[in-house]
Order: sequence, then C-alpha cells, then structure tokens
Amino acid sequence: MIYLDNAATSLHRPDCVVQAVAEAMNGMGNCGRGAHAASLAAGRTIHEARSRIDRLFHGYGAQQVAFTANSTAALNIAISSLLAEGGHAIATALDHNSVLRPLYRSGAELTILPTDENGRLSLEGLEATFRPDTKLVVCTHASNVTGDLVDIGRIGAACAAHGVPFVLDASQTAGCFAIDMQAMGIDVLCFTGHKSLLGPQGTGGLCVSPRLRLSPLYVGGSGVHSFDREHPAQMPTALEAGTLNGHGIAGLAAALEWLEETGLDVIRRREQALANRFYQGVKDLPGVKCYGDFSTAERSPIVALNLGDWDSSLVSDELAQRFGILTRPGAHCAPLIHEALGTVAQGAVRFSFGYFNAEEEVDAAIRAVDTLCREEE
Amino acid sequence: MRPRSLQLVIAFDTTAAALAFEAAAPAAGLTGRLIPVPTAITAGCGLAWRDDPASRDAASALLAREGIAGASLYELII
Repeated sequence: MIYLDNAATSLHRPDCVVQAVAEAMNGMGNCGRGAHAASLAAGRTIHEARSRIDRLFHGYGAQQVAFTANSTAALNIAISSLLAEGGHAIATALDHNSVLRPLYRSGAELTILPTDENGRLSLEGLEATFRPDTKLVVCTHASNVTGDLVDIGRIGAACAAHGVPFVLDASQTAGCFAIDMQAMGIDVLCFTGHKSLLGPQGTGGLCVSPRLRLSPLYVGGSGVHSFDREHPAQMPTALEAGTLNGHGIAGLAAALEWLEETGLDVIRRREQALANRFYQGVKDLPGVKCYGDFSTAERSPIVALNLGDWDSSLVSDELAQRFGILTRPGAHCAPLIHEALGTVAQGAVRFSFGYFNAEEEVDAAIRAVDTLCREEE
Repeated sequence: MRPRSLQLVIAFDTTAAALAFEAAAPAAGLTGRLIPVPTAITAGCGLAWRDDPASRDAASALLAREGIAGASLYELII
C-alpha cells in the first residue's frame, strides 16, 4: 500500500507518538481533576503540549492555547464567537467547509475573495472589502485541493490596520510551514493535530490573542470553581469544558517534540521535493490536467489532477484497487475552489505527500498514472 | 493524619495556570508541590501550590514573571 492521502490525515507517524499514546493510556489520570500522581501526570503532559504549541506558532503564552477535538471545532468556536452579533466577514474561495459552513450558519454578510480559473487567489481587492462592520477575516493558509499558499502575512497586516481580528485555518500547514502569530498578525490560529503535526486524530485546538475573549461552544466540568453557575472565563479553561483527550494530547506532545528535533525546514523541503517529483513526472502525460500554481516551489505538498474527463472517483478507485495507491477524489469539502476550477462535476484526484513517503512510492504513483493515461488513450 | 503546620498556599484560576507555575517553580528555587485546593480557600475544586511560608516573595515574583494572573496567596495551617 502506498499512502498518498496525507492532506486528509497522516498515516505514518514517528514511533514515539504511538508509544506516548500507549503509555498515557496505561498511566494517565484526568487532568485537573484532583492532585494525585496520575492526574498530575496528565496535567503535566498537557501543559507540555500547550507550551510546545505556543512555541511552534510564537503565540501568546501556553495558557492562550485551548485544545479541541480538531480544527473544525476550533474554527466553530472562533467564528461563532466573533460573529455572535452578526456583521460582515471576509473569507476566500480556497476555504474548507470547516470555515464556510460556520460562516453560512452565522448569518453574517460574507465577502468571498475569488480565485482565477487556475485556483490562484488574488489579494489585490482585499483592502476594498473591509467595511465598518467587518468582524473578522478568516482563511486557510493553504488550499487543501491545490496546495497553493495564501500570503497570510499580508492579510494579517491588513487586518491589523483595520483593527479586525484575523482567524487562520492552519489545518494544512501546521507542522510543515513556519507560522508566527505575532509577526503575521494572527489573532486566532486553528490547528488540527493529526495532519502534518503528526499527532493522533481527535486532537486540535486554537491559539488565541489575549485581546480577544472567545465564547465556548460547550460549558460544563472545568475542575475549578465548581459552585459557580457559569463556566470560568479564563483561558484555556473557558474553551475546554469536559475531560480533554489527554491520551491523544500525549501523542501530540511527542509529535511536537519530534518535529522540533527534526526541524520544520527539513520536513517541508522533503515533502515539497516529493510533491515536485510527482508533479514533474505527471504534468506532461497525455490527458493529465494539474490544478494550482506550480510556478513557485513554496506550496503545500499536494498535487490534484484529472485524467481527461474521467470521474475522479473512478480514477482514485482504480489507483487503489490495481496499484495499491491511496488518494482522495471528489470535492475535498472545498466547494468554492472546485467551482473556480470547473471541477464540480468531475472532482479531482488529490495526491498529498508526507515526510515518511519514499521516492520509490512517488515513482510508482507516476507509473500508475502513466499506465492509466495510456489506457485512456 | 500528619501534624498540621503553617503553609503558604497559592490558589489559581485555572488548572493550566497551576501547571505553568509548577513547571517554572524549580528554576525559581521553590520546593513546594501541587495539592488539591483546601476548602478554607474554596469549597469548589482545583489545584493549589503548597510551599514554605518563607518562599512567599519568591513565589510572588514567579507569578509576576510568568504572567499568571488571578492567583491568590494565603497562609494556612493545613
């Protein structure tokens, strides 16, 4: 089996991550519920994970890091909270439904920054989209379909100039690209633990600037102030009602340590080299159409393509059944970019590469696409 | 039960704050430990830091240095 669906979730993880989860399941109590050794062990591990997340994103302190089940939960907290009283919000056509659906549900007026027919996002019109009632700008750091990056530093600067909070969906880039919340003007950074952060599924969270006070989706057990009728307002407790996924966060902490030791630059260069090797191998094959901007090497390690008019689901299934190559077809929960690319009906076959993929696997994928192209002819 | 004695007790607003304090305490020369918050402070629940009363100044300085807001210092016989 050749796993090329890392943009959906990582499959190969460092051994230390698996080990940390197993050890946590054997010895970890409930963080903040008591002061005995097992509870404190959980608390210390979770605190370590908070500190590592804060350091990774140059955030606003470990206590401004709240853990959630995934980035969808984090984005829902941020968007529903900042748009609680309606108003206007700015997003992009690259965004995932985890951004778009909370926006649609909020009832806020939306400005969606468009892309061209190749999926390239232009920020030329950004300044003109701000309004007096603009409550937030939210966008992905990289398209989960094309891999194209967004110039988040430029968006952050515009948001700072207008005094509008900037919410970043870092699902596709956290752990692969350097992100500096303070330097880039990011007020809320939403991340998931199971993609390029290489942690377990069920982990994620948000880093929040202290100038914002976000409201939780849930309230309940907090481990503190038990006789108060209201959930505590202090971060991170404010956004963490109920027992945390301590076992998963233990794995995430181990993954973060591994990432620090290995180096984001090393990881990113390897993943980009694998993606580029694949792109170079398939881009000129007859009938292949790749989507996105490949004029720059600075892109997320994704190559989405179609073969002629073939249904992307059939191509992906063929790759899996005949060649053991696992990809993701369809719309990738990102409807607007598919509308821009003209692939609503066909979808696209997404190949996404991870640090643990081998060059031989990439070459096998190229040969498989080549075979299908020849048969298609 | 162990004999009771006068102790410095620091109560925190959040579990995360208590754990952040614990992580920084050894470097500040503090030798205390986390305990369940005594009911004399709150009948709720949570973590508190128990230490020698003589370490009050060092503990206050550490709270300020770490930016831990909302902590309260008590001296209790526990």
